[in-house]
Amino acid sequence: MSHATMDEFATRALPDAAELTAAPAPGYWKSVGQRLSRDPVTIFVTLVLLCILFITLGAPLVATSDPYTGSVLMRLKPIGTPGHWLGTDETGRDLWTRLCYGGRLSLLAAVLPVSISLVVGGFLGIVAGYTGGIVGTLIMRTMDVFYAFPSILLAIAICGMLGNGLTNSILALAVVFIPPMVRVSETVTTQARHLDFVEAARASGTTTMQIIRYHVLANVLGPIMVYATSLISVSIILSAGLSFLGLGVTPPQAEWGLMLNSLRQAIYVQPYVAALPGLMIFITSMCFNLMSDGFRSAMDVRLSK
Amino acid sequence: MLVFAIRRLLQAIPILLGVSLVVFGLVHIVPGNPIDMLMPPEASPEVIAQMKAAFGFDKPLYVQYLLWLLRALHGDFGVSVFNASPVWGQLITALGNTFILAVFAAMLGFSMGILCGMIAALYHGRWPDKLFSAIATTGVSLPHYWCAIVLVLAFAVLNDYLPAQGMGDDSLPLYDRLQYLVLPVVTLSLIPMGVLGRLVRATVLEIIGQDFVGALAAKGLTRWPVIRHICKNAAPPVLALMGLQFGYLLGGSILVETVFNWPGSGNLLNLAIFRRDIPVLQATILVLATFFVVLNLLVDIAQAAIDPRMRR
Repeated sequence: MSHATMDEFATRALPDAAELTAAPAPGYWKSVGQRLSRDPVTIFVTLVLLCILFITLGAPLVATSDPYTGSVLMRLKPIGTPGHWLGTDETGRDLWTRLCYGGRLSLLAAVLPVSISLVVGGFLGIVAGYTGGIVGTLIMRTMDVFYAFPSILLAIAICGMLGNGLTNSILALAVVFIPPMVRVSETVTTQARHLDFVEAARASGTTTMQIIRYHVLANVLGPIMVYATSLISVSIILSAGLSFLGLGVTPPQAEWGLMLNSLRQAIYVQPYVAALPGLMIFITSMCFNLMSDGFRSAMDVRLSK
Repeated sequence: MLVFAIRRLLQAIPILLGVSLVVFGLVHIVPGNPIDMLMPPEASPEVIAQMKAAFGFDKPLYVQYLLWLLRALHGDFGVSVFNASPVWGQLITALGNTFILAVFAAMLGFSMGILCGMIAALYHGRWPDKLFSAIATTGVSLPHYWCAIVLVLAFAVLNDYLPAQGMGDDSLPLYDRLQYLVLPVVTLSLIPMGVLGRLVRATVLEIIGQDFVGALAAKGLTRWPVIRHICKNAAPPVLALMGLQFGYLLGGSILVETVFNWPGSGNLLNLAIFRRDIPVLQATILVLATFFVVLNLLVDIAQAAIDPRMRR
């Protein structure tokens, strides 16, 4: 499953201990920008993502009709019908319009869980890594229990019990993403805490809060931000998957996973139209994946030549 | 080695207890008694009380948990609230069906992933490497439920090559029944292939860069013995990932099973959610999660058996 890649991303996001620095040297971000500007794939996928963002946020501008009004006479028209260039769905609503509006909820349901887990998981990880001892063990062992569930199973179980709805699907996914986020930030924090300059700072009387703020955060933010971008590609697939099962967004709202599910019944009538919402999920997930790959290699000091 | 295995086994017990707590707790994150949600609003209070007593929902939570756990340890998951048949029987059939899918998908996905990853690493930077990296990235960002729909589209709707629904009748000859496996197995194998291929490529590249490989070549070993040494060194991480991936195939096939109407554990879980059939729901999640923990345990022990450095 795509969620399986969460662990793969988690290991790739971790830097070597030797790579951690007190703070990025001046000009670091400039050199990252330079490397990005020489990477055509990353530029291309970022542009595609901006386009997707434009058609979803600017849906009222680009959509050709209303997303909720259908016509019984215009049900399940093929691609290229005059007035409905991507065809219509099972209640005669314009598919292009639905795809534009549907992206709003799909993106929201994917980005929000990652943001929540970034804040909560990052915080818990720093606490566990910095304090160590009983608190650290308690946090990490609790996370181990959640790690014992295949991620999609956990998401479906939580969402299934809470009942369907956008909020519940966001909550369920946030719970699923917190444990790997805690692991990434705990590992980096533990590494950073034992670095010589952090020991030196502590010896010279710097307070815990200051050490965390200036040294730990500076090191943790990079890896967990990169990890979060790669998680968004997983999150899009999972959140649309929950809606696909009927556990996420509720009809008649437009959302790619839900649209894919309702059009699936019509696969023998309009095969190509039925596959379109899934194509949007695929393209968006792929672009986030490639973008995070690009950012990672641009931010990796060892690869820069 | 034995000490390591025992210690690792003991570590799994608190995890399993935690898992059982989470599974039990899941049902109670929603306020209210599960029976109240099931009963029609016009049901009389006596009937509701009777139902609660019959399913044990009238006792305090911790008693319910302990009773449930004790019975579960004996393989008794109670009866389904929906059709009053024993949960265990339903679960075994469904798990068996999922297992068939997972085993075939794992065989296909793992062999393709290892083969492609090896080729990509040995031809590092040349066209096979670039081709494979593109395929692998596609494989990991593919929504597999959509991929399932596209495969149905291509092989069952537009052309009538393969069946797309269910797993066929028992009366059908073996060859016909195998046809029902093709589409779900191919769909499920794509992600393990991509994930494993990427890991194999990265691991093999790292090993090729090490001094001992150069030394082997300098000693005059030919290509294949050198590759054999590389394989032996790449085995532990690859093995670990294979274990994880197999667990995901068992526990995460719910979406693909839904598309293909495959009567497996994912389908059972889906039905249980929509029927609010709590005993079935708890049992399915608990058994799948337990499988996952045990699989991880076995992988750890196997890793330690191959590589003594892992026996920390």
